[in-house]
Amino acid sequence: MHADPRELAKQAGQQRHHFPGGLRLRHNKQISCAVPVERAALPARLFVPLLQHAGREAEPLVAAGQRVLKGELLAGLPGGEEGNPDETGGAPMHAPTSGTVSAIVRHLVSHPSGIEGRCIVIKPDGLDQWTSLHPIGDWRQADPAALRQVIGSAGIVGLGGAVFPTGIKVREASERGIHTVILNGAECEPYISCDEMLMREQPGSIVLGAQILQRAVGASRTVIAVEDQMGAVHQALRSAVDGAGARDIDIVRVTTIYPEGGEKQLIQVLTGLEVPSGGRPTDLGLLCQNVATATAVARAVTQGKPLVERIVTVTGNGVRKPRNLLVALGTPISSLVDQCGGYTPGAARLVLGGPMMGYALASDANPIVKAANCILVLTEEDIRAPQPEMPCIRCGECARVCPALLQPQILHWAARAGLWNETEDGGLADCIECGCCDFVCPSHIPLVDWFRFGKSELRRRELEHHRAEEARRRFAAREARLALQKQERRTRMQEKKAALESDREKQQGIAAAVERVRQRREGEP
Amino acid sequence: MSRSFETGGAPHFPPHATIASVMLQVVCALTPAIIAHAWFFGPGIFVQILLACLFALGFEAAMLALRGKPLGSYLGDYSAVVTAILFALCVPPLAPWWIAAIGMFFAIVVTKHLYGGLGHNLFNPAMVAYVVVLISFPVDMTSWLPPTAIAEYRPGLAEVLLSIATGHAPGGLAWDAVTGATPLDTLRTSVATGRMISEARQAPIFGDFGGLGWEWIANWYALGGLWLLWRRVVTWHVPVTMIGSVLLLGTAAWLSDPGSNPAPLQHVFSGALVIGAFFIATDPVSGCASPRGRMIFGAGVGIITLVIRRWGGYPDGVAFAVLLMNMAAPLIDRYTRPRIFGHGRPGGGAR
Repeated sequence: MHADPRELAKQAGQQRHHFPGGLRLRHNKQISCAVPVERAALPARLFVPLLQHAGREAEPLVAAGQRVLKGELLAGLPGGEEGNPDETGGAPMHAPTSGTVSAIVRHLVSHPSGIEGRCIVIKPDGLDQWTSLHPIGDWRQADPAALRQVIGSAGIVGLGGAVFPTGIKVREASERGIHTVILNGAECEPYISCDEMLMREQPGSIVLGAQILQRAVGASRTVIAVEDQMGAVHQALRSAVDGAGARDIDIVRVTTIYPEGGEKQLIQVLTGLEVPSGGRPTDLGLLCQNVATATAVARAVTQGKPLVERIVTVTGNGVRKPRNLLVALGTPISSLVDQCGGYTPGAARLVLGGPMMGYALASDANPIVKAANCILVLTEEDIRAPQPEMPCIRCGECARVCPALLQPQILHWAARAGLWNETEDGGLADCIECGCCDFVCPSHIPLVDWFRFGKSELRRRELEHHRAEEARRRFAAREARLALQKQERRTRMQEKKAALESDREKQQGIAAAVERVRQRREGEP
Repeated sequence: MSRSFETGGAPHFPPHATIASVMLQVVCALTPAIIAHAWFFGPGIFVQILLACLFALGFEAAMLALRGKPLGSYLGDYSAVVTAILFALCVPPLAPWWIAAIGMFFAIVVTKHLYGGLGHNLFNPAMVAYVVVLISFPVDMTSWLPPTAIAEYRPGLAEVLLSIATGHAPGGLAWDAVTGATPLDTLRTSVATGRMISEARQAPIFGDFGGLGWEWIANWYALGGLWLLWRRVVTWHVPVTMIGSVLLLGTAAWLSDPGSNPAPLQHVFSGALVIGAFFIATDPVSGCASPRGRMIFGAGVGIITLVIRRWGGYPDGVAFAVLLMNMAAPLIDRYTRPRIFGHGRPGGGAR
């Protein structure tokens, strides 16, 4: 007999399990952890993209020339209540500082493809003056629905990188029923240290955020997962939990193996359970949030402040003084690099995110968005020298490191050959794009690129299939309609004919009567 | 002022491994056994390796040029060198030069490039080459000098070179005078002529477990193989299941009829079993990819080897067994796909 996974998941954190595959990578985190987090200076202009989350683009609610205060609503989602994520998903945007809206233009939006999107341009006035804030007085007494509402309207999204709107996530979670909140502090990608610094410096707000999230979704406990190599972090969180007297919060140290910070991997490590394919952690009664998201929740609820800034790690051998900065959203990357001493002469690649899953940007004019946890500047020696791609020798290293238990060599072969059914059967949709296979491939095949392409191809095919199905239905409906019309026409005609028939009989009757009359008349004279 | 950067795909790391580094590690792992080979059978092996490498690289370069592939990255991947060395290790040290030429033609041109080049060959190139020359030139391919320790005549390097170049037996002697049957051959003939294994084992060509000299070479193969395991170049699945199945079945056969079946360790330490287990059946291209598939593959090679040794027409069956299992590999892979994360565990993903 298999026990109910939701019940099993309640033991999250009591035992540590393993996830398959993964890599032990050099952390390279220390270089950016030497100095405390400091607030970055405001640039001359902020570029606030209207799409910084998974979902629909927000609609601007301000006009050029308008003066805004910090935290004022800049853009909301059409269709929904003002500032509320609606069914299709999204999160509102708030002014990162006080100043004037100078324009709404198309500008780089820190997208992997380098495309431009709509941005609200704000010229800061230097006062950094908050708009009137409406915190919730006592969150312990607040209605959970009100807490969820505040989280949604504060524009909070998952700050670990997935940028799924937190308001929607907690609402869905509360509907599904959650017993445990998991706070993800396992920042497994090398170089990135913004969560580590946050946990070191603001453990209290993380614990507070955990308590609020717990109340908002009706969970009974929280597990905060940190990596075993973060000694100071564990101490800081421990005393914060003790200080808050939160006996329902456990801190669990997990081994540092990439990609341990992946949601599904972390859940597997904490519970020994696999999130079902195509499912969500809520299927197991779990809500997984990044630690930075928790602090954003705490700030939104207890101070009324929406998400307008985040901690960003600026690091790598391409930056003179690597460090963590508290950055107003919309700040151009160039301004941050300047504040970290500028580029070193060898700077060769600008990466948004970590070295495993981050993407290279073509320009440092790209702004910091809600998803931007790290600006990594690498030198020529740090990056993959352009290696010629060789044929796959089926060594199987990729399968050995795959945390999703896939056979990347088979998926690659199938994607390359255009055998899409094969890729579907092979579980392409379950690929988390962690890049482990890419990292170990001795043939230097860009496997993750192939898998992204394959996924989009599968989506396109599904859409096409859907359209074809629609067209087939439409055609069948038309055929039926035509047949019906024909039938109706025929009946009508028959009716008419019948009517004519009876008419003719009538006419004949009349003609006969006329004839009779005529004959009578002829016989009269 | 904004600055532009070159972009590139993740992961943003220097290369972790290359095919060349993998192949070079295989060559390193073979080196102790090559030296042991020379110790027991004289310097012929060096000449054979050199010849095979020259022909292999020559054919490789010609085929790459014909196929319009870049010479540099492909010639430098050392895959042809590994094929050549594995082939040379199977060839009698005094085999004439054209054995290497014909072998490498079949390995590189036919088995590898006609099937699509590196990574696309269905069969293990070294084993195809070996089987082709073994079947075509049985006399030349079975003319093994006895181990130098018990040999009456030990040719020097000059005589070895002359012999390989001309195809004549060294020192102006007849081939029959200088060569002898290999241990597995001896066993086979003895059993065929109705003698007991224990009697046959009295011959001086036998050592403690396998053939004299052979068992030491096997030890060095195993050592190199363990190093490859430790370096994670190969996985444990094939070596363990292949040697394990031979031990298991060999023991069963031996217990049931010790008179006509050699001891299980005799099986392991004779012929190409250990090199096969660590270096040949582990070839990723022509073998299975999934862990379970590799276990079936390894066990299959072990079982077929034993069957050929016991009932087949050849004293050693590793090469044939590998080729037969190569044929089955795609099918095995198809039916041994591992379970995907989050799929198919009863109870909605419970462990």
